[in-house]
Amino acid sequence: MLLNIGPAHPAMHGIVRIIAELDGEIILNSDVEIGYLHRAFEKSSEQSGYLQVIPYTDRLNYVSPLINNVGYCLAVEKLFGLEITERAKYIRVIMSEISRVTDHLTCVGASAMELGAFTVFLYMIKAREMFYQLIEEVTGARLTISYTRIGGVKGDLPPGFEGKCKDIIRETRGILKECDSLLTKNRIFVDRVKDIGIISKEDAVSYGITGPFLRSTGVDYDVRRAQPYLVYDRLEFEVPVGEHGDNYDRYLCRMEEMEQSMRIVEQALGQIPGGPVLLDMDGNVIPAGNMVDEAKMGRIEGLRENQADVDPTLAGAHQSSYAKTQSPDRRVVLPAKEDTYTNIEALMNHFKMIMDGHGIRPPKGEAYLPVEGANGELGFYVVSDGSGTPYRVRVRPPCFMIMSALSHMIKGDTMADIIPTFGSVNMIGGELDR
Amino acid sequence: MTGIHIKLQEKFGAAVREIHNQHGDETAVADRSAFLTIVQFVRNNHNIDCDMLTDITAVDGLSLKWKPRFEVIYHFYSTKKNHRLRLKVKVDEQDPVVPSLAAEWGVANWLEREVWDMFGIRFEGHPDLRRILMYEQFSGHPLRKDYPYSKRQPLIGPKN
Repeated sequence: MLLNIGPAHPAMHGIVRIIAELDGEIILNSDVEIGYLHRAFEKSSEQSGYLQVIPYTDRLNYVSPLINNVGYCLAVEKLFGLEITERAKYIRVIMSEISRVTDHLTCVGASAMELGAFTVFLYMIKAREMFYQLIEEVTGARLTISYTRIGGVKGDLPPGFEGKCKDIIRETRGILKECDSLLTKNRIFVDRVKDIGIISKEDAVSYGITGPFLRSTGVDYDVRRAQPYLVYDRLEFEVPVGEHGDNYDRYLCRMEEMEQSMRIVEQALGQIPGGPVLLDMDGNVIPAGNMVDEAKMGRIEGLRENQADVDPTLAGAHQSSYAKTQSPDRRVVLPAKEDTYTNIEALMNHFKMIMDGHGIRPPKGEAYLPVEGANGELGFYVVSDGSGTPYRVRVRPPCFMIMSALSHMIKGDTMADIIPTFGSVNMIGGELDR
Repeated sequence: MTGIHIKLQEKFGAAVREIHNQHGDETAVADRSAFLTIVQFVRNNHNIDCDMLTDITAVDGLSLKWKPRFEVIYHFYSTKKNHRLRLKVKVDEQDPVVPSLAAEWGVANWLEREVWDMFGIRFEGHPDLRRILMYEQFSGHPLRKDYPYSKRQPLIGPKN
C-alpha cells in the first residue's frame, strides 16, 4: 500500500512529505519529498549587499538563528582576513551556545511530546522561554535576531546579563534533571526509541551526517573540537559520543550536549574580557550634544577615546562599548555615530559603506567556513567578485544531509517508528529548503 | 595533513589544472575526464582518506565571463585525519555533464539533484535525477545568473 505522510501532518514538525510503501505496518520503501519551504535564500543573497544577507540567515535555522548569524559573518570575515575583538568573540560563543541549548530543548521536547510525554515538552519549552527572554534582552528580538555584524556584534551584552544567565542556567539544569528522570528510564519512552532508526557509522559518514546525529553513531566529530573557531580552543568541554546510532542515543547525546553548552557559557562568562573597557581619559562622560559642539569648533582631539553618553537621536541605541564589540577595521564596520557627525573622514567612510553600489567589499576570492550548528556542520561558502554584492552564497544545511538518509533509516521499521525517528532528525524547514 | 592540493598536482600532473590555497582552503581544479580517478584517489589514499563528502554546489560564472561557464564544487572532509579539500570541475554551458558520485556517497544523491535543479548541470550515472527543491513543472534553473530574480512562474500542484 502506498501511503502519503504529510506535507502537512500533525506529527511532522515542518512541511515535508513522505511517500511510504507499506506491507502491513512495515515500511518497505519510501520517498522523501522536500522543498515546500523553498524561498530562494541563495538567489536573494546575490541581489544585495553583504550586510543585507544577515537577516536572511536568521530564517535558515529559526530555532537557533544566532549560530547562522555567526557562521555567515565568520565566512565573510574569512574572505576579508579579519580578526574581531576578543570581547565580540566571547559574546558570539555565549550566544551560539545559548542558541544550541534552545535548539536541543525544542528538539527533545517536541519529540518527547509526540511520544506522549507532554509534561516534558512543557517543562522544556519553559526553559527555552527563559533563554528566549535572555536573547531578547541582548538582541531585541526572540527569533529574527540579526545580532552579529561583519566585524563584530550589534551591541554589547546588557548590564546584569551574567547574573541572569547564570540563574537561568541553574534553573534549566533543574528542569533537565527532572526531564531526565521522566524520560531516560521511562519504559514507554525507551521502548519507542531504543533500537529504532538505526544508522551505522559508515552509512552516517557516507550520508555526510554531522552533529549529534553523527556522534550518536560513535564518530567523534565536532567542528568546535576538530577545527576550533572563535575561542572554542580556550574552553573546556566534552563531546558526548554515542554507540548504537539509534534514537535513544541521539536523545542522550542531545541531553548531554545541553549540559556541555551551559558549561561553555559559564566558562566564557568567566573569561570574557571586562565590560565597556573604553575608559575615558578624565573619567568624564560627555553628552553627545556637547561632543558635537566641541567638534564643530575643531576640538576633536581625543574625542574618540571618550565614552559618549549617546542619546537615541544620534546612535539609536546605547553604544558606550562600541569599540570593544566591533573590529576597528574601517572596511567593514560603520564608524561610531559621534564620528560620522563630527568629522569628514568618518562621514565618507559611512557613505561608502551605506550607499547603493558601494558597500562592504571583500577582496576577490572564495572561502568555506564551517561552524557547529545545532544539527551539525553548518557551512557557508561565499564567493566574492570584489564588488559590494556577494557573487555566490552557499549554505551547507546540516539537516539536508540527515533528511537524505531518512528513507534509509526508516526502511524496515514500522509506521509508528517514523515519528520518533523523524523527531530525532530535528528537521528545520527553513534550513532544509532555504 | 596539509598540502593535499600540491600532492594531487604532483600525482596527476596536467589532469589537475590549477591549485590554490586561498584563506587556507586547499583547492584543486580537476579535469573532467580524470575527475573520477582523482576522487577515488582522494577517498582511498590512506594519507588523504577523505571519507566524507560534505557538500556539492556550483557557481555560475556568466557575469564574470568565465570560460567554461560553470564550476561544480565538491567539499571533502576526512573524519580520521581532520582535514578538508575542495575539488572543482569546470563544465561548459553546451555540455554541462559531470560524473555522478551517488554510488560512492549516499549524500551525493540529493546534493546532485539540488545542483541539477538549481543550475541545470547533469550528473552522469545518477539513479534518479529529479528536481528536489523546485517542483516538477518548473521551467529553467533559478540559480543561473541569467534567470531573473523577479521572474515568477505559476505554481502547479503535483499530478494526481
